[in-house]
Amino acid sequence: MSKARDSFLRTGFVHVALIAYTLVSLFPVFLTIINSFKDRNAIFRAPLTIPTPQTFSLIGYETVLGQGDFATYFQNSFIVTIVSIALVLLFGAMAAFALSEYRFRGNTVMGLYLAIGIMIPIRLGTVAILQGMVAANLVNTLTALILVYTAQGLPLAIFILSEFMRTVSDDLKNAGRIDGLSEYSIFFRLVLPLVRPAMATVAVFTMIPIWNDLWFPLILAPAEATKTVTLGSQIFIGQFVTNWNAVLAALSLAILPVLVLYVIFSRQLIRGITAGAVK
Amino acid sequence: MGSLQLKSIRKAYGSHEVLKGIDLEVKDGEFVIFVGPSGCGKSTLLRTIAGLEDATSGSVQIDGTEVGHVAPAKRGIAMVFQSYALYPHLTVKDNMGLGLKQAGAPKAEIEDKVGKAASMLSLDPYLARRPAELSGGQRQRVAIGRAIVREPKLFLFDEPLSNLDAALRVNTRLEIARLHRSLKATMIYVTHDQVEAMTLADKIVVLNAGKIEQIGSPMDLYNRPANVFVAGFIGSPQMNFIEGARLGDSSAKTIGIRPEHMALSRESGDWKGKVVHVEHLGADTIVYIDSEQAGTITVRLFGEHRYAPDDIVYATPTVGSMHRFGDDDRVLA
Repeated sequence: MSKARDSFLRTGFVHVALIAYTLVSLFPVFLTIINSFKDRNAIFRAPLTIPTPQTFSLIGYETVLGQGDFATYFQNSFIVTIVSIALVLLFGAMAAFALSEYRFRGNTVMGLYLAIGIMIPIRLGTVAILQGMVAANLVNTLTALILVYTAQGLPLAIFILSEFMRTVSDDLKNAGRIDGLSEYSIFFRLVLPLVRPAMATVAVFTMIPIWNDLWFPLILAPAEATKTVTLGSQIFIGQFVTNWNAVLAALSLAILPVLVLYVIFSRQLIRGITAGAVK
Repeated sequence: MGSLQLKSIRKAYGSHEVLKGIDLEVKDGEFVIFVGPSGCGKSTLLRTIAGLEDATSGSVQIDGTEVGHVAPAKRGIAMVFQSYALYPHLTVKDNMGLGLKQAGAPKAEIEDKVGKAASMLSLDPYLARRPAELSGGQRQRVAIGRAIVREPKLFLFDEPLSNLDAALRVNTRLEIARLHRSLKATMIYVTHDQVEAMTLADKIVVLNAGKIEQIGSPMDLYNRPANVFVAGFIGSPQMNFIEGARLGDSSAKTIGIRPEHMALSRESGDWKGKVVHVEHLGADTIVYIDSEQAGTITVRLFGEHRYAPDDIVYATPTVGSMHRFGDDDRVLA
């Protein structure tokens, strides 16, 4: 933005709006984190104050970590999220490449068919999915969750990636063909590195709903060994008594991994290496 | 090594025919250039030769072998693209060596060939760099180097100079001409720039709307255009076309005279007219005249001349420089 065109007032308004939005979005996270470090009475008496030496307490974290199973829950969440992202990216990118690169009968129809998944929520099929999983003997396995999440993430991934792949220069792919690269090498070695920023975007969009999901873990894999963090935290929420310290501590801990993954992916967003490939 | 035969090549996208029966023979060591306006099918033809597009019908033979079902990498060709199409994640050296590496050549041989090509194109100092760290001209040289390393039977160039600026374009043009002399390889080159075509080619193929209009040496096309299209396409400024009837020649539908084949005088001449516009280019002066007999005509004079709009002038065509075209737009004997 050039200075000549922007008045002080206008940039001021833009910043006020952005700061306000930032505060609104960060406030619940902030509240969760500060309250997770307080004792039970302080949480209810003064929920908006930061922990003081009198009210500071790690009881929530002690409960969560002392529960023992939480390491397993985290591990489950991690496995499900990472494997699902990997599968969504791999199959999504391959389908997108086929749709954008090859002319075949029914190309457009196939693209539309794959995009319909964006519009229809996968939860509508819960009963059928559950029946299917029961029949396949996959209930209470992480595989069940991974399969469902991969299916859930694919439509958006294919939609976004096929748009990006159309922008990859045909000349580059053709140069690869003349140099004797197979279609697989063209895909993995030429095209994928060039759409890395788009892959990162897709990874972030895929990751967050999976990590936060409560529905499918509850239905498909509620066993102790396959619980995810989100489901695991529910044990502290009872019908009559809720262990708020533990809930807030569990939620604060659950933010961390997702934050780390986000940082990893967002670095990819910035690092474009297309410059210099073609004009 | 390095001849090419095309026999009635047709290419259609659905019902839209892009190539309408192309027959062409390219001899070993020839430099052949396809020219034509945008959308005439010249790039499609080149891609068909490369195997990047399949012809709908017809046969492509390289060195007498039918290559219709041979993969691009196995056809013994190399291609240089308009957008360079370098692999962004590989160094210059790896870019140039990838083709050989894929073909399973031993490391020492790759080193040797890449080294030779790099010194031929003075790319030695840049071998360890990536394409992003090179200028446009250097990138195009790498792209040419990548083609040389493969030692192909056939070099294919797809508008390789279009992305370069004017000065670099001349340099790279000279470089390509020099390469052709030293490698003695068969080259096929696509361009819409007739200067490139005239300066580089042994043989020019003029294409229009998916058909070959004329094949010939640059001077053939300039001196003996076979039809109105070629006459108008080759030469700049464009040839003047005058209706035959206006000049009292009832046997020819159209008469063509090149702007440089006319003399201009203030006193007397064949066609009287008024100057509409003058362009001073230093070496040339281009005068646009609205004449009574011949309509609007362009005259190209060598050197500087002091004409101004609204001057009354007389234009006279040089004897024997007229091209006469019949009703079918083909040249009359």
